[in-house]
Amino acid sequence: MDFILENPLILALIKSLLVVGVVMGMAAYAVLAERKVCGWIQGRPGPNRTKLPLLGDLPIIGPFLTRLGIFQPMADGLKFLVKEEPTPGHVKRFYYVLAPIVSFIPAMTTMTVLPFGLWKTADGVQPLVLANIDIGILFILAVSSLGVYGIILAGWASNSKYPFLGGIRASAQMISYELAMGLSLLPVFMWFAPETGGSLNLFNIVQAQGNHYWNVIPQWTVFFQPLGALIFLVSLFAETNRAPFDMPESETDLVAGFNTEYGAFKFGLFFLGEYTHIIIGSGVFVALFLGGWNLPWIGLPAGILGAVLSVLVFLVKTCALIFLFIWVRWTLPRFRYDQVMNLGWKKLLPLAVANFVLYLILIALIES
Amino acid sequence: MVTDWLFYFFAALTVIAGFLVALSRSPVNAAMNMILSFIGIAGLFVLLETFFLAVLQILVYAGAIVVLFLFIIMLIDPERLPKPHKLSTIGSALVAAGLTAGWFAVLQAPTVALPTKVAAESFTGGRAPAATARVFGEVLFSQYLLPFEVAGFLLLIAMLGVIVISKHYRPATTRKEGGSV
Repeated sequence: MDFILENPLILALIKSLLVVGVVMGMAAYAVLAERKVCGWIQGRPGPNRTKLPLLGDLPIIGPFLTRLGIFQPMADGLKFLVKEEPTPGHVKRFYYVLAPIVSFIPAMTTMTVLPFGLWKTADGVQPLVLANIDIGILFILAVSSLGVYGIILAGWASNSKYPFLGGIRASAQMISYELAMGLSLLPVFMWFAPETGGSLNLFNIVQAQGNHYWNVIPQWTVFFQPLGALIFLVSLFAETNRAPFDMPESETDLVAGFNTEYGAFKFGLFFLGEYTHIIIGSGVFVALFLGGWNLPWIGLPAGILGAVLSVLVFLVKTCALIFLFIWVRWTLPRFRYDQVMNLGWKKLLPLAVANFVLYLILIALIES
Repeated sequence: MVTDWLFYFFAALTVIAGFLVALSRSPVNAAMNMILSFIGIAGLFVLLETFFLAVLQILVYAGAIVVLFLFIIMLIDPERLPKPHKLSTIGSALVAAGLTAGWFAVLQAPTVALPTKVAAESFTGGRAPAATARVFGEVLFSQYLLPFEVAGFLLLIAMLGVIVISKHYRPATTRKEGGSV
C-alpha cells in the first residue's frame, strides 16, 4: 500500500482518474439535470421510467429513485455504446472520424489546471489540482480554443449542406466571442496583482478572493467587477454553443447542425464534450468570479475536513452555475445569426474594452 | 535524456508537418498539418521552459489564425480552383532549394555572426527571457518597444486595407433596411 502511495507516477494516475471520473459523472448527470429541469419548466415530469433491476425494486427508495430518473444516464450511456454505428457513404472518412475526438480531447484537457479545493496543513496551503501551472488561465483559453476544430471538421467532413452551415457558423461565433472573453479576464488578474504577484495562476486568484474588504464584504470578483463577470458569462454561453447561442446546431433551421451525420458513439463524444465544456467553464467562472471554495465570513478548518468542505463548496457553486446554463436554455429563444454577430462585435467587444480601460484607470488611481 | 528524445520528437513533428503543409494537394490537409507544426513549435518552447510563448503559440496561431484559414478554405471551395502552372511549381522548388542551400552555407561559415544576442541582460535567474508573462511584458514594452509599435502599426494598416477592400459602398437609397442576410 505504501509502495503505491509513494510512487508519484501511480499517485498522479490515481488522482487523474478520480478527477476524470468525477467530471464524467457530472457530465452524465448534467444531461439528466437538463432533461429534468426542462421537464419541470415545461410542466411535465421528464425521464421517470428507467429502472435498474435490483436497486429499482427496493420497497420505497426504488420507485423514488426511478421517478427521479437516477438510472437514466446509464441507459443513455449504454445506448451510445451499443447502438449500430453506420458511416454515411458521402463523408470524408478520415476527418469524419477525427472530428469527435478533436472536440472531446480539449474539453477533457482543460480540467488539469482547474483548482477545485485546498488542503490546509500546519506547513501551509496546498492546492487540490492536477497541475498547478503558472499560466493556468492562458492554458485553459488556449486549449479550449482548439475545441472549435472538432465542430468545423465535423461540418466539413460530413459533406452535406446543413452540417457545413453549422460548422461555418461555429467557427465565426467562437472566434468572435474569444476576444471579449479574454479581455473581460484581464482586469481580474490586474486587480489581484498585489496579492498574487502578477501571476496568471488560478489558485492564487481564488486564494486572493478569500479576504474581506473592511472585514464585511467578501472580496469576490463578481462584487466589484460585475460587468466583467457578465461579459465573461455571455461569452462562455457562446463558446460552449449553448442556447441562446446554439447557432451551430439550431435544430429549427439546420436539422441538428454540425452533428447531423453522426450517430451512436461518435455523437456521444460530441455530446459529452459539450457538457464537459460547460462543467469546466462553470468551474473557471466560479474560480475567477465567485470566490472558488471561499465562503463569506467563514474560514475553512485545517486538515481533511477543510479539504472536503472546500471541494464541496466549489462543487455546489459549479452546480448552481450549471443550473443557470440549463435554466437559460429553456427560457430564452435562440438569437438569429446576425444578432449573434452584432452582439459579439458591436456590443460585447467594445464593452469589454471599456471595462478593461476603466479598471486600468481605477487600479492606477488606487495604487498611486 | 528524456528531454533530448522529446526535442527530437517535436523537431521532427515541426519539420515533417511543415513539409506536408507545402506538399499537400488538399488545402484542408495543409491547414491541419500547419496546426501539427505549430503544436510541435509549442512543444519546443515548452522544452526551452518558455511556457508563456508556448501557450501563446497555441492560443494565437493554432487556436485563431488556422481557424480563419479553414474558414476561408471552406468558403471558397478550392478544389474547383485551377491547378498552379507547372513552371511556377518548378520555380518555387528552385527558390526553396536555393534558400536552404544558402542557410546551410551561413551555418557552415564560421565568420558570420548569427543573431544569438537574445537579450542576455533580461535573463532572470537562469530562465529564458520570455518565461513568464511579467518578464515578457517588461521586455516588450522597454527594450523592444519600437519593433513592437511598428508591428502594431503594420497590423493596423492591414486591417484598414481589409475594411476598404471587403466593404462595398453603395448609395444609401438602394440599401434596404433589415435586408436579407
